Amino acid sequence: MKIAVINYGAGNLPNAVRALQAVGADLFVTERPEDLAQAEAVVLPGVGATADTMQSLQQMGMAAVLPDLVASGCPFLGICVGMQVLLATSTEFGDHACLGVVGGAVQRLPDEAGKIPQIGWNQVHYRPAFAAHPLFAGIPDGTDFYFVHSYYCAVDDPAVVAGQTDYGLSFPSVLIRNNLVAVQFHPEKSGRYGLQLLRNFVNFASHSRGISGTELDPGRAGPPATPSNS
Amino acid sequence: MLTRRIIPCLDVKAGRVVKGISFVNHRDAGDPVELAADYDAAGADELVFYDITASSDERAIMYEVVERTAAQVFIPLTVGGGLRTVEDMYRMLRAGADKVSINTAAVLNPQLIEDGARRFGSQCIMLSVDARRINAADEPPRWAVFTHTGANPRPTGLDAIEWIKRGVELGAGEICINSMDADGQKQGYDLELLQAVSDAVPVPVIASGGAGSPDDMYRGLAEGRADAVLAASIFHFGEYTIAQVKAFLSEQGVPMRRM
Repeated sequence: MKIAVINYGAGNLPNAVRALQAVGADLFVTERPEDLAQAEAVVLPGVGATADTMQSLQQMGMAAVLPDLVASGCPFLGICVGMQVLLATSTEFGDHACLGVVGGAVQRLPDEAGKIPQIGWNQVHYRPAFAAHPLFAGIPDGTDFYFVHSYYCAVDDPAVVAGQTDYGLSFPSVLIRNNLVAVQFHPEKSGRYGLQLLRNFVNFASHSRGISGTELDPGRAGPPATPSNS
Repeated sequence: MLTRRIIPCLDVKAGRVVKGISFVNHRDAGDPVELAADYDAAGADELVFYDITASSDERAIMYEVVERTAAQVFIPLTVGGGLRTVEDMYRMLRAGADKVSINTAAVLNPQLIEDGARRFGSQCIMLSVDARRINAADEPPRWAVFTHTGANPRPTGLDAIEWIKRGVELGAGEICINSMDADGQKQGYDLELLQAVSDAVPVPVIASGGAGSPDDMYRGLAEGRADAVLAASIFHFGEYTIAQVKAFLSEQGVPMRRM
């Protein structure tokens, strides 16, 4: 199970790589879109702003291939800004387009939330339909994860929201759509439960290859890959 | 709900933890990597390493310490001490630090805050400030910034609150405020200073200097309105475990990360 970790210059790349290695992932780091064809799963880590990240992904030619890659069924994990760039648009440093893999806009946390950025550990509450998803195996509902962000993903389709977190409002902290997984927090910095989530992603990826959004319903959100028990 | 953070701080010199630490059954009492792993297991929400190294040879050892720590400890790690340029910051972040803390270098060159924030994001830049009260107890309090704290602290002529506001304008994403008056006294944080800083800036504030008990930490968080508390000796010498502090704070209604 070869996992490609995309290197677009994000400062925390080494820590995402170290955490994936700590859970036994067989990975390689790449800047080249053509390398993704050899990958059985792809991780887009991140810290920073969507505008800079999109610019880097465009210059590398990644922006052109990632939407098709996700649609092809390749297991994909986006972390923090790697989640945010999946949306259609962002308002950070002026309105701009993002990858458009998930409908919605990246918006600033409301001022009444408190201090911005949100820095620290906050709880992820599972939506019932996803509580039994393999991504959450061994991780209790309401577990704290480490967040560092000023913006959040306001998604159009509530069916893709697998986990929610409260900070001034209830925002989507985990998205799942078939082969696609995205988290607003940093699992690589969230202690043992963060590592468990990465381990779960690796397991999920090795079992879910081929269950693609395209096969189920091209171009829009399908049901979760694993039926819920509710 | 966002939880408040408990952050142990380790002073490291030439790859070794300086003060004796006597609270856990680690194999090597002076190894920062082992201690970091112990604190992670004990429930620390974040860790800070202060490099009190003088020479560049010893600084190279610090990069290696950070790298080894980051390979084993998967909670946020801040490294401070001796970082004078954006390139120094970059090397420390690549080695595995999640944030860098700057103090004297920022006073000497405030542009460093802006350059670092621009390159790595504000969330990476912790501005650490050593402050001492400079007027009488019956006057409205004022604090001045000092550098080179230790035996011979140097006054900078900067007002602490004004300097912190400027630092945040320049891009600092977090403030660590250390009271030189309270430091080492174990009589609690300087709550007036914490309140003044918390009121002055919209970014997270970390209280440092003076914690002698879990109740001191409670007051720093509740009355001082700090987002996090930094502590060294109270944990290092085993007076209290992190679990004891967290249990106490939870009982008082302070949101804590569940283990």
